[in-house]
Amino acid sequence: MPQTQLLPEQASTMAPRVDALYFFLLAVAAFFTLLIAGLVIYFAFKYRRRSKNEAGVPIHGSIWLEATWTIIPIIIVLVIFGWSSSIFFSMARPPAKTLDVYVVGKQWMWKFQHPDGHMEVNELHVPVGVDVKLTMTSQDVIHDVYIPNFRLKADVLPGKYTHMWFKATKPGKYHLFCAEYCGTNHSGMVGWITVQERAEYEQWLAGSSGQGTTMAQAGEKLFKDLACSSCHQTDTIGRGPTLVGLYDNKVTLDNGSTVMADDAYLRESITNPRAKVVAGFQPVMPSFQGLVSEEGLLQILEYIKSLRTTPSNATGVVPPPAPAIPAKK
Amino acid sequence: MDTAATPHSNYLTDGYSLKSWLLTRDHKRIGLLYLFSVTAFFLLGAFFAGIIRLELLTPAGDLVSSDIYNRLFTMHGVVMIFFFLIPSIPSVLGNFLVPIMIGAKDLAFPRLNLLSWYLYTFGGLFTLWALVTGGVDTGWTFYTPYSSSFSNSNVALVIVGIFINGFSSILTGLNFIVTIHKMRAPGMTWFRMPLFVWAHYATSLIFVLGTPVIAITLLMVGAERVLHLGIFDPKLGGDPVLFQHLFWFYSHPAVYIMILPAMGVASELVAAFSRKAIFGYEFVAFSSLAIAVFGFLVWGHHMFVSSESVYSAMAFSLLSFLVAIPSAVKVFNWSATMYKGSISFEAPMLYVFGFIGLFMIGGLTGLFLAAIAVDVHVTDTYFVVAHFHYIMVGGAIMMYMGGLHFWWPKIFGKLYNEFWAQVAAVTIFVGFNLTFFPQFIVGYLGMPRRYHAYPPEFQLWNILSTAGATVLAVGYAMPAFYLLHSLFKGKRAPSNPWGAKGLEWETTSPPPTHNFETPPVVTEPPYNYAK
Ligand code: HEM
Ligand SMILES: [Cu+2]
Repeated sequence: MPQTQLLPEQASTMAPRVDALYFFLLAVAAFFTLLIAGLVIYFAFKYRRRSKNEAGVPIHGSIWLEATWTIIPIIIVLVIFGWSSSIFFSMARPPAKTLDVYVVGKQWMWKFQHPDGHMEVNELHVPVGVDVKLTMTSQDVIHDVYIPNFRLKADVLPGKYTHMWFKATKPGKYHLFCAEYCGTNHSGMVGWITVQERAEYEQWLAGSSGQGTTMAQAGEKLFKDLACSSCHQTDTIGRGPTLVGLYDNKVTLDNGSTVMADDAYLRESITNPRAKVVAGFQPVMPSFQGLVSEEGLLQILEYIKSLRTTPSNATGVVPPPAPAIPAKK
Repeated sequence: MDTAATPHSNYLTDGYSLKSWLLTRDHKRIGLLYLFSVTAFFLLGAFFAGIIRLELLTPAGDLVSSDIYNRLFTMHGVVMIFFFLIPSIPSVLGNFLVPIMIGAKDLAFPRLNLLSWYLYTFGGLFTLWALVTGGVDTGWTFYTPYSSSFSNSNVALVIVGIFINGFSSILTGLNFIVTIHKMRAPGMTWFRMPLFVWAHYATSLIFVLGTPVIAITLLMVGAERVLHLGIFDPKLGGDPVLFQHLFWFYSHPAVYIMILPAMGVASELVAAFSRKAIFGYEFVAFSSLAIAVFGFLVWGHHMFVSSESVYSAMAFSLLSFLVAIPSAVKVFNWSATMYKGSISFEAPMLYVFGFIGLFMIGGLTGLFLAAIAVDVHVTDTYFVVAHFHYIMVGGAIMMYMGGLHFWWPKIFGKLYNEFWAQVAAVTIFVGFNLTFFPQFIVGYLGMPRRYHAYPPEFQLWNILSTAGATVLAVGYAMPAFYLLHSLFKGKRAPSNPWGAKGLEWETTSPPPTHNFETPPVVTEPPYNYAK
């Protein structure tokens, strides 16, 4: 990369939109800087003191001027606000069909899991032109996934899942930084995003190790090993509610309220089961906090997600669409 | 203490023993005690900055280890924010001038005032001790759960130091508020108060309302570290983001603690060097209050990327844009004040020009950060480092320096060398821009902040920045020489060397112990240059 560059390369669908707003802001800033600096310099010379005891002409103020220079900036900032919010909405809302990748940050490395079972450290391969969604959590402190070429960044928090989605538009190798200060080796918590043409990406998928067990399969194994399956059966005879068809559906709790069974709810139900108890069940589930790693939790999550497509779906939910790109050929 | 004020006796000559200084209740002497401590902390903070910039000269982390580097930028931030920027203008210039400007003999609670200097200095020394015995590596923001559960450094000790110092802020704020309400001279109505006093009034509100929040928040971090309580660490059942809400609820308004007094100084200086009343005096006065109040509503803009909900992010974004308006209005007012003025270019006015320029760039780049979509890209990069240095260093320090020069003859009764003062002002301005402007660029290119080593493609901008820091250091060092020199060899200052308006110029330089020979009565509006 040439050193005199002023903008990072644009490599996602978001990048040109953010840059456009950035240029607009630069124009606004330049305009006001030149205006004020120009006026100040002009006044300074035009009205410079000519004799020792000269005083200025008293001018108390002007409501009309105050109103003008209050209202015009308000209009300008409202335009910026509307523009930036519309971009932000697209950043915050992933499309319905995405290729999912799971991210665990830990002092000081990035761990990635693809649903088909691939694991990567400090390097993430994604195909070009595909909507990719990251589901992220941290094993210790707060980290932050930052990909300047995508103009995207999101904190990675312990105890929570955060999300980021992007569509890469150019094959290449891009910086991946940790942007939230996380201790000694913070500046070493860096990696690469490798964006590949579809064919190349599939070749990479096929050629690298870790094949065989998908995340869902690993999750199912954990589910059995941790004896979750002794209470949660595929039908309703268990001591715990069935997990089939649960993901992305409403759950009624014993206090009468309902929650959406999303990543955050599922995680909480595993690490802190008493927080929200499903209506009709006793609060007998033990906490698995500390018994299962963050990666393991994500695998179980992926397993529970896979159950939503099971035909024995009791709640009658329409099966969700298949992922945007088949994980395996 | 009760010496009859004669032209030869003033607050400086009123007792020479160490005890007469260390036990003084005179707000002017306490102001000088602060000047001494604040300057010491500034030098220390600047020393840390120097090593940081040297380390960043090359992409590899080769000068100091990463642990040392992390401690350096943390101590740089902690010292500069809590022990330099927050107390600088209010405690040095405010202490000295607020009572004089409203025609009072002293602050309302002189003993409390002395106590707050002791708290400040003790808090500072305590923090230094924590530094010598191991340092802190959390960043001045102390984000949890890193600070509460993971860091292997003296987090708890430093927090105690900041906590002690917090009481100093609260006491100073209380003292100013009561003084401004109760001790104004006859005829000194609210709308005859100098804008400097208005600014300190607004600042004091933040001191009193905001400081307890940070004090308690930091105490909770300390408690979690020591007692493993589970407030912020999810492993213990806490919420990692809760801290950020509490922290920024104070620390965003704290930015206004740093900048409002600077705006007050700017108003005084623009009026004095244009020989003109401030254009739209009431608007400028009320915009200080508006900033103080609305400043409490925008803390969420520091957290756009920490899993805040889309709608709360938008609400904070909108509020942040709106709070920018009163600041913009002030800049317009200062510029308009110069229209048809009688403008002269002594050093304090050069600082005003620098201030207007740097504060504008700082403020306008704030719009970039309030625009969430752009903020997502630039937050936690050098763009933010540049932005807050433009506001805090470019804004607050420029006016601290400007104010110090402006009132120096009043405070010490001596004139400094005008030529060198002008050279220093220009050097600081040039050095500052060379240091921090490249950081906007390298920030937009994606260089994260708090990085000890960085990819080589960012190096050019870092070289420029380090070169600038060298120039800046020279600029900051110069006043140390000619100001000290003035104390011994400077010409005697008349009571009103600038031909300025304001009660402080009606008393002798330096002022007598009780500020005025005869208690003043105010009969005119402020800045009445025309008559
Ligand atoms: C010669 C002048 C200065 C230079 C070269 C300088 C340099 C720096 C640098 C490079 C950082 C970023 C550290 C990092 O993120 O890795 C930083 C942070 C900071 N600086 Fe300065 N600085 C200077 C003066 C000041 C002054 C005068 C103040 C305030 C009075 C100040 C306040 C801060 C604060 C609050 C931080 C944030 C610390 C943190 O990230 O935790 N700086 N400075
Ligand atoms: Cu990290």
